[in-house]
Amino acid sequence: MQEELIIETRNLSYIFGNQKVLDEISLKVSPGSIYGFLGPNGAGKTTTIKILLNLLHSTENNVFLFGEELNKNRIKILSKIGSLIEQPAIYAHLSGRENLVNRARLLQISIKRTEEILKLVDLHESAEKKAGKYSLGMKQRLGIGLALLADPSLLILDEPTNGLDPNGIIEVRHLLQTLVKDHGKTVFISSHLLSEVEKMITHVGIINRGKLLFQGTMEELHDVSKSQILITTDDLNKSSKLLLQNGYQPEIISDSIRVPFTTLDDVSFVAALLINNEHKVYSIGHSRQNLEDLFLSVTQS
Amino acid sequence: MQGFLLSLQSEFYKTRKTLALWSAILFPLILCLLISFGFYYNAAKLINFPAEQQWFRFSGAFLGVMGSLLTPMLVIFQTFSINNIEHRAEMWKSLFSLPISKLSIYSAKYLYAVLLNALCLGLFATFIFASGHIMNFFVPEFKFNQYDISGLLFKMHLKLFLASIGILSIQFIFSLLWEDFLKPMGIGFLLTVFGIITANLGWKYAYTIPYAHPMLALQNIMGQIMKREDQQRMFDLMGKEIYVSLTVSVIAFVAGYFIINKRNIK
Repeated sequence: MQEELIIETRNLSYIFGNQKVLDEISLKVSPGSIYGFLGPNGAGKTTTIKILLNLLHSTENNVFLFGEELNKNRIKILSKIGSLIEQPAIYAHLSGRENLVNRARLLQISIKRTEEILKLVDLHESAEKKAGKYSLGMKQRLGIGLALLADPSLLILDEPTNGLDPNGIIEVRHLLQTLVKDHGKTVFISSHLLSEVEKMITHVGIINRGKLLFQGTMEELHDVSKSQILITTDDLNKSSKLLLQNGYQPEIISDSIRVPFTTLDDVSFVAALLINNEHKVYSIGHSRQNLEDLFLSVTQS
Repeated sequence: MQGFLLSLQSEFYKTRKTLALWSAILFPLILCLLISFGFYYNAAKLINFPAEQQWFRFSGAFLGVMGSLLTPMLVIFQTFSINNIEHRAEMWKSLFSLPISKLSIYSAKYLYAVLLNALCLGLFATFIFASGHIMNFFVPEFKFNQYDISGLLFKMHLKLFLASIGILSIQFIFSLLWEDFLKPMGIGFLLTVFGIITANLGWKYAYTIPYAHPMLALQNIMGQIMKREDQQRMFDLMGKEIYVSLTVSVIAFVAGYFIINKRNIK
């Protein structure tokens, strides 16, 4: 039997004015996963998230969360979701604790829970400080705390690492991993930087210009990663021309030539070809395309 | 209903340390203190008037300015403050992603604005009444304690409250739509001036302009009291301008909800 998906969109499209912002997006998010929703700025990530939270309305009833259609079950579905959209929405004139207490009262949650959350997001020592005076990282943690307050099954976080320093990113990573591992949550997290989330996510969806270009596990993403031969010579253009004349497909990226890798013998053939034609080869090696390059090539292709 | 009550409670919690709430309390208090000091230091000029005249002169100092400018401007400020809390915190998207109906959130916010206006005008009546008696305590020659104006005073403020509901509802929409202060304030101010001019000119259709209603309500009160031959200080609470004010408020409330419900949160 197929496992019930936590988030499922079926050919979701969204048009804003004359522009098709989303083009037949079919998301599939399994329970217990940390799904990284990646794409450059303006790709359609926030629009998708706003549709998932019913802030923007899909008229075709093709958005399903916890197996139920969103427009018809808005309140029931939203009661299982904690969210953080773009900048954390917090009242600057209230303290961190008061922000949590206000939300707890609104959602009829025990005030005791606010203490747990303050500890969980490591804000208990600054709980009485006005939230407007918090650093960006603290605001972000408070935003995550507000999202976690109702103990939701699904966390939807839009760019939660935005503006955080490396320590802040590590803290968020640990927090989300703990929530998934120890508390059985599902996390849907968007980012425009793969490097910020690649260490925490289990699944990935890559979106660009409103189209979902890739969706799968991180292992599946690694599998499509291309291996390359990296060459540095005294004259990249001349060497590239030579390789092209001999049936290779070279590509100059910054200060090196990249040629698709097929076998290890390829590396020695390329080296011999260049040296025999009196090109000065400074370095040659075999490299797997890193995820950031892969992300760029997927979104730029 | 529960979502509505929780939202209403949250409105109080959020604003309890802000000018949105405190302006409704401090404004009548400070204005009352200032005008009372003025009367206290000019007591010699007033003590010869009969008790009723002393009250009319004292309360008239408030009501004259309230009917024309103060009530509309206070309403404009309060509705702006209540909605601006959400604009400033970029909270709309967060509020509307909570498992609470949009109607509950919207109507609680609207009712809170109405309650603040009621509180402000109620405090004006209370402080005017209390100030008269306190002045009488310090200057026994005053005759404030010889005439009971409480019923008339509270009824006048109730009429002012009903007359201001239309403005409140329109300004509530403006401050929902625009997060900057200048647009709702600027438009509100212009319409208030327009309302005052039309009411003062006695234009026969002035009652159709919500911003003229507080002024018309006061003119209506004074007109009715003056016309009475039995010297009874009585007037009708309801009048053409009040009915229009209430109708405008119902229409604006529904329109505001329609806007909130249909508007996609950017």
